Parts: sequence; structure tokens; C-alpha cells
Amino acid sequence: MGEQTLNRRTFLQMNGIAGTGLVLGFNFYSCKHASEIRAEAKEWSEMNAFLSIADNGQVTIMSPNPEIGQGVKTSMPMIIAEELDIDWKDVIVKQAPFDAVKYTRQVAGGSQSIRKGWTALRTAGATAKEMLKNAAAEQWNILPAQCTASSGWIHGPNGEKMSYADLAPLAKEQAVPTDVTLKDPSEFTIIGHSKMNVDLPDIISGKPLFGMDFYREGMVYASILKGPFGARIERYDDSRARALEGVIDVLQLEDKLAIIGVDTWTCFKAKKLIDVQYKNQKTKWDSADISNNLKNLVRSNKLVVKREDGDVDKAFSTADQIIERSYSAPFLAHNTMAPMNFFAHVTSDKVECVGPIQTPQWTQGRIATLLDRPKEDVTIEMTRMGGGFGRRLYGDFALEVVEISSKINKPVKLVYSREDDMTGGIYRPASEYIFRAALKNGELVAYEVLGASVNDKNCVRPDFFPAGCLQHYRVSAGALESDITTGAWRAPVTNFVAYAEQSFLDEIAEELSISPLDLRLKMLDQAIQNKLDNPDLEYEFDPLKFKGVLLDVAEKSQYKGKEKQLGLSAYYSHNTYVAEVVELNEMNVSKIYCSIDCGIVVNPIAAENQAQGGVLDGMGHAMYGALTFNKGEVEQQNFHQYKLIRMNEVPDVEIHFIKSTNDPTGLGEPTLPPIGGALANAFYRGTGKRIYSQPFMDVLQDVLG
Amino acid sequence: MKEFSIVVNEKEHTVRVHEDTPLLWVLRDHLKLTGTKFGCGIAQCGACTVHIDGDAMRSCIYPISALGESKVTTIEGLSTKNDHPLQEAWVKHDVPQCGYCQSGQIMTAAAFLKESKNPSDSEIVEAMSGNICRCAAYLRIKEAVKTAAKS
Repeated sequence: MGEQTLNRRTFLQMNGIAGTGLVLGFNFYSCKHASEIRAEAKEWSEMNAFLSIADNGQVTIMSPNPEIGQGVKTSMPMIIAEELDIDWKDVIVKQAPFDAVKYTRQVAGGSQSIRKGWTALRTAGATAKEMLKNAAAEQWNILPAQCTASSGWIHGPNGEKMSYADLAPLAKEQAVPTDVTLKDPSEFTIIGHSKMNVDLPDIISGKPLFGMDFYREGMVYASILKGPFGARIERYDDSRARALEGVIDVLQLEDKLAIIGVDTWTCFKAKKLIDVQYKNQKTKWDSADISNNLKNLVRSNKLVVKREDGDVDKAFSTADQIIERSYSAPFLAHNTMAPMNFFAHVTSDKVECVGPIQTPQWTQGRIATLLDRPKEDVTIEMTRMGGGFGRRLYGDFALEVVEISSKINKPVKLVYSREDDMTGGIYRPASEYIFRAALKNGELVAYEVLGASVNDKNCVRPDFFPAGCLQHYRVSAGALESDITTGAWRAPVTNFVAYAEQSFLDEIAEELSISPLDLRLKMLDQAIQNKLDNPDLEYEFDPLKFKGVLLDVAEKSQYKGKEKQLGLSAYYSHNTYVAEVVELNEMNVSKIYCSIDCGIVVNPIAAENQAQGGVLDGMGHAMYGALTFNKGEVEQQNFHQYKLIRMNEVPDVEIHFIKSTNDPTGLGEPTLPPIGGALANAFYRGTGKRIYSQPFMDVLQDVLG
Repeated sequence: MKEFSIVVNEKEHTVRVHEDTPLLWVLRDHLKLTGTKFGCGIAQCGACTVHIDGDAMRSCIYPISALGESKVTTIEGLSTKNDHPLQEAWVKHDVPQCGYCQSGQIMTAAAFLKESKNPSDSEIVEAMSGNICRCAAYLRIKEAVKTAAKS
């Protein structure tokens, strides 16, 4: 996916339809400050795809990307408002429609919304401001450069002033400047200053915001019945379901059944009355088989080398000592708080879809293909998401409801039960890793990672740390094909690999009799030196920033490397550097310190929340998370069998952001990967026990009770 | 299916549903009160928490036929102007991430604070540990309940 771009054509297109007195609806709560002190807006001037200015001084800002709980519906408009020079209290935020031409990268994924939107959002605000200045300069017969902007006003050199509200109708007719100047970070008054989540008033009063809450007059409800992975329907008897009052229809969608009814409960009830026989189930593995197959694969010659520096085989064959450890990851379900759901109404004119989706553009294309219709027929309204964590990257549920609606010619809302959601997921794949280190003359001289994962042949990050730190370095990977559907789960690959790597480093440090902090710092210094020696050497991280978070977290947590109760871990992912220290009080996790370098922090209050959430999500899944299979069927059906972390298990999490004027990088994911290693390293200090598999509680329950 | 008359947020409603329909789905699908959320359907996550005669109950397992004359309060009926001390504390601490579980968290906390005027931290944690927040905004939830308890 490319960066968000805002080109001249987009501006001109927008100008073509601007100025028609377009009155946009607005959210009472989010604009209540403004509405209390001024008249209702009557006329809006659309300055560009991202913002419109009203005759009463209010500004509507479109938040382009899907809101998944990462806070972009507040932070992306903050970036626009900053460059526009408008007071935040005058801003009304709206979720932009899905329109890939106007808004380009409308994706919630890879922690990239802010990073890739940064320049386009700033440019959108700055361009509109420039047009306002130009309009004012024209009024006053002066040069635009003589005008300044602040808080919704343009000022002239001799005390002249005009409000954005009055200037906007003139400004939108101005030529669109192409070389606007963006602010220096020292001039920021909105970015870096905490703003409340714009949807908060609606969230705490229970207003319909989520896809699950969507209602359309005449709508019917649907539920999906899926078989074990890899199974095909041989025959089914739906007579008892059809006899239930309120059931409208039962449909077969290839290997699934759809139950349509007058309400959600009727669908859930009817589903239990259907008898289905399945056939041709190729993959009848259980979790033990999958684990064994992964263990065999990771030791086989079927892996593909993803990166090799130096002569790894020779370095290992001449080593004084070899350390080799293997690490096992279970499948994980996303378990978003809102189970999968989507609305669709397919008619001969159009395909209307509404719901929570991280990837509207990809989904639009897939729906068009499914129905064999032009993608222009397919509209997708993005609702707030009740969690995503990667699950809502995949529009399988959207395709299901579209197919149902196309068959019954009615508006339909599909709702998964928790059991449907947990057993019909697209899971974090089970994986197996081997880490090897060669030591010679008291130094780490070579390093190797072997990875095998269900369906993911790229289950390694070959150019991340410690690439570049060692002369001899090799990373290989391979996939075990399965009918079990797998995909991205918050911080894909690194959500487990980071734990394995960071625990392994502590074992190396112990063998070398140096502190785990010093080992990491030394390796990072080596990466800097190696790059000086060989400018062609490539690796995807900045050793100085990496050292920065390590030293910061060590200082904040008083980590020296010998404390019994502290575990250290650091990881770079999603262009962001995070170091964490877990502190134990006896065997309880009492506190977690976390230092982050993600460049400029746009909305500190939300960033802290997001960072804490990532740490605790990672802790919960490392400690308790596991999804297991028996003959291709998921063994956990609901939260009584799949444990999620709860308030009574949560330690204090202290977040520290490194002060920076660099462009912002990812934040939704990068605090998650390091926590597993920090926990495992702390537990080793506390118990003397190394942990080689997740969930940790399987190993620790004897110790922790 | 059978007809039921129920009082929700001081208003009477009549619905025709299966007798075993959980109150949750009556609220969401029939009364269009979607502030009460569906999370698990087995009283494990607390997203569906409402007040029945003032007590916090899991509406996802509460059959409509068991309601009788009892009065239901949902998040929509907690206050008229978002000015319940918990709602104000939620704003002060900017609690939610995705926000989906929050009405259940607030309803659980509201019933708890009515009974416990000056709760300790551990009492708050105990009262709130039945509610899952998948985004793990627990630290903010805890702080907000503490703030509301003081006001």
C-alpha cells in the first residue's frame, strides 16, 4: 500500500463540487462547545477532500482511515487541524467515506495510518490555510506572504483580520498551491497536546457507532454455520430449523450454511437445529500433530534461506560452544470484543455494505469479483470497529453477507456468535523456531534462526535486529500447509519471534557472563561498526534509536542486569523502537516499564493508552493464550475455555516516550512484541526456569500456583 | 413466539419474541437499544451488563420470560446528559480504545458504586474483573472508577 497522497487533481476534483451550500450533519457531542456559543452552520465551503469550513467558523475534518480502537479518528484530524491553524474546539470530526481516489490508503493495518498519512494530512491542512491567506491577500491587495494565520483568523500586516468563516467561500475558488510550507514541530499547538477521543461521548452513552449496531428498516438477520476446517458439506437436514417460528430461510453457500431469520436469537436457535454431515476432510490434524510436523519441518532441509551473511556453517563448526534452543507458539484467535458482523443490501442498482472492516478497498474488489459486477457498484461504509487485531483485515464475513443478500434480495445483517467467531477464525498460526548461537573466545560470533509456521513461509524478519550485528548470520523459513485458516494477528510474526529472540539473548548473555543490557548494547555498537566497515551492509533499524530506548528503560526501571526481579527485552517493529522491563514482586508481575521511540507523538493521552494496551495484550496472550485443534475442530468455543487477561491480572504499566521531532512511526502494534521476552526473562530470574513455549502458564502454574 | 411487555429506561415496550430470547437481543434487535453489547452470550465478558431493578445483570443469559415486572436500565438510561459520575470520569481519563466493552464496564461499575461508596482498590478490581476489555484498557477503567467513587 502506498503513502496517502493528496495531489492537485484531487483538490481540483473536490473544488468542482464545492461551494454548493453542502450542509453536513454533525455530531451533537463532538461539537457541543462550538454549538453552545454560535449559530448553527448554514453554508459549508469544501476546501478539499479532508476539510470543509462553515460560515459560523466550524470546520469539519474527515478522518480517512478505519477506526479500530487505535485512535486515528482523533489523531488524523488533529494533524490536519494543526496545519490549518484552527482551534480544536471548532473541529467536527467525521469518518470519511470509503473513496480510494480521494483518500488513497484507507487501511487499518501494519500500524501505518499515521506514518503513511502524515504528510498528506499536514499538506491538506496547510494547503487550505494557504488558500485562505491568498483570498485574504486579494481582499487587502497585499502579498499572501504578508498574511499570517492563527486560530481560525488570517491577519494582515496593518491590523487587518478576517475569519476563516468569511474567507472560506472566496478561498475555495483560489488556485490550489502545490508547494506549501509545513510547520516546524516547535510550532505545534495541537499535535503533541492530548485531545479526547472524539467518539467518547457516544461510546459512554451507548449511541450506535459499531457495525453490530447498524439497523436498516426491513432488514433481516443471518447467522453462518461452518464445519471443521477442510470439511465439505455432504448433506444436511434443516427441517427442524425451518419449522422454527421466525426462520425465513436456510441457504447453502458452498461449504457453509446461512440461516436467515427475523432476529439474531432466532438465527442462533435455528442453527442448533440443523444436522450436517461433512465429507472430504483432508486435514484432520490435532494440535499435537501440527506441533510435531512443525518440529520436523524446522529441522528439515525444506526451509528457504532468507538471508545469509558471512560463512555461518564454518563459524558454527569452529565454535567453542554452540547454544541451541527451540520455541513453540500455539495458534491464537483474535477474539475481538465484537464478534464478526456486517450488513449488506444487494440490489440491481448497487451493492451497499456497512460494517467494521480494516481493508475496505481490498474487500470492495473481492465483493465485485464475487458478484461479477463492476467495483463502482459496491459501496462500503466504514463503521467504528469493536476491535480488529488483524481479524478484520479479512472480509470473509462481508463476502458472506453479500452473498446472502444477493440470494434473498433483502437487506441483511450477519452476526457471528462468539462460538462462530472463535471457531471460524483466521488465526495467528502455530509456529516452531530454532535459535542457534556460536560462541568463540568469549564472543558471540555467529547466529542463526530457523522458522516453520502454519501457512506462513515468511515467518521470520531477516533484516531486523540482530541482522548487521554479526559477521555470520543466517535466517531460514518454511511453511506447513494446512486448511486451518491463518493470517495476521497484531504484530504478525514478531508477536512471537520477539519473545523467542529476546529470551535467547538472555541465555547468550548468561553464557558470556555479561549483563543482558550490555550484550544488546554491544551488539548494536557492532552493527554501527559493521556498517562503517561495509557501507553496503543493510539492516532495517537504527542502532542509535534502539540503544536510546534500551538505556531509557534501564534508567527508568533501575535495571543493571543483576537484579533478581527484573526482565529486559527490546524490539524494533513497525518502524518503532520499544524496550520493556518486567518487575516481579515475588512471582507476581508488579510493574512493567516501557520506553518507546515512535517519533513525534500526535495525541499523548491516546498514545499512552494504546501503548499500555499493546503491552497488556501481549502479556495476556503470552501468559494464557492458546487455541487448540482436535481433528480439525477448534477445542475452545468461548471465553470460559479461552482465557483473556482481566483486571485482576494487570500490573501497572509505565510508558515513557522518547522526545523526538522525527516523523511519527507505528504505535498500535510495536509495544506488544517485546513483552513476552521481558516476562520470560523476569520469570527466569525469579524461578531459575527458562520458558520455551507459550502459554507461559502451562509451564509456570507449578511455580505460581 | 410470545408477546411480552417490559419496562426499559422507564418506558414500556411490547415485543413478540421466542420465550427464551435473552434480554440482550430484545434490547438490541427489537427495541434498537444497541448500547448494550453482545460479546460472548454466556455471561463471561460483561459487555451486555444492564441493571435489573438496580442490580447489574448479564442480559445475554437473562431470558425475557424471566423478567416479569422487573425494570431494566440500560446505558442509554443511565443519565440524560452523559453526566453520571462514571461517564464524567470516563471522559476525564479518556478511557476507551475500541470502546465496544465500555457500556458494560460502566454499567457494572455503576451498580457496584451504588453499593460501595468508598471502595478500596482491591474491591474495585474484584468488582470489575468479570468484565473483559480486549484492548486491555484496564488501567484507565480502574482509574476512572476510582475517580467516580470519590465524586
